[in-house]
Amino acid sequence: MSEGHTRIEHYPGPTHQPIQKDAGSALHAGEVHAEPAHHPRLQHHFDTMEQQAEASTLGMWTFLVTEILFFGGLFMAYLVYRHASPMAFQEASHHLDITLGTLNTAILIISSLTMALGVRAAQTSQPPKTQVMWILLTMLFGLGFLGIKAIEYTEKFRDHIVPGPNFRWEGIYPQGAEMFYSLYFCMTGLHALHMVIGLGIMTWLAIMAGRRRFDASYYTPVEVAGLYWHFVDIVWIFLFPLLYLIGRHYHAA
Amino acid sequence: MYYLVFLALLVGTGLTVAAAFVDMGPMNNVVMLLIAVIKATLVILFFMHVRWSSKLTWVIAMAGFFWLLILFGVTMSDYLTRGWVQGTLR
Repeated sequence: MSEGHTRIEHYPGPTHQPIQKDAGSALHAGEVHAEPAHHPRLQHHFDTMEQQAEASTLGMWTFLVTEILFFGGLFMAYLVYRHASPMAFQEASHHLDITLGTLNTAILIISSLTMALGVRAAQTSQPPKTQVMWILLTMLFGLGFLGIKAIEYTEKFRDHIVPGPNFRWEGIYPQGAEMFYSLYFCMTGLHALHMVIGLGIMTWLAIMAGRRRFDASYYTPVEVAGLYWHFVDIVWIFLFPLLYLIGRHYHAA
Repeated sequence: MYYLVFLALLVGTGLTVAAAFVDMGPMNNVVMLLIAVIKATLVILFFMHVRWSSKLTWVIAMAGFFWLLILFGVTMSDYLTRGWVQGTLR
């Protein structure tokens, strides 16, 4: 990959040649094209595939930074209210199922592994079947995560600890607990929404991979989708201890 | 290589859960966050390929977390110091 500074010192632009049909490249068969033959996936505002890949990666990272801002706000709210009512948060946290939480964490980590292997498969021009397999595996674990989340949410509704008119708390700190569960639903809900969007992206990716679109010369969408997926995993890596593991040693678990 | 990182992540998860049940006082939070940060770093460096990316990518990624640092640091510096000075309201 390129060095830290961008490679666009002078922007040469495409050499203008007289319009000729199919400038000797089988990749652009039949297309009227003014530029010299190039990889069919190279957009015309880029000079080389490397530059395009680098720009795409930077663009996705910039978006992920905005996502950090997005989740950061909720984490900040969590920090403030946990500082305000630590005992309430501890009591409320104990009601969460630590087994399901740990299982979910493991599932997401596995899905990150399959995603990374999927990117590698595209990067090393593995057959489309292999690429699709890794992507489908990633989606499978993503669905598993959402399924367990659905079970947890159902339990909360059943136990009347969903903030709102039906909230009932039998412990010592009802108000603090309601605050905790507001944050719990907001944070895990936002995270689950990102998972669903991620699954949509993966579906598109699987279809494209099946159509033999990705190989060692062009795998940028896979890489970039992988970045998104890993980010959602990282958010959960932080969510899990903050929500599920508060002061567990005080409880005879 | 990916498998090694994967194993490290799983081990980290197990450690986090185990550490939750050991009483270390205020160190509990520190240990928990430390393990989470290490796991996130592993994912960023290896799964997200930042280890093999340009410095520009690295700078943008770090910028996000640097911003978080400012957010948490400055905000909590208010809440954590309430009542430190005599006469100021809680």
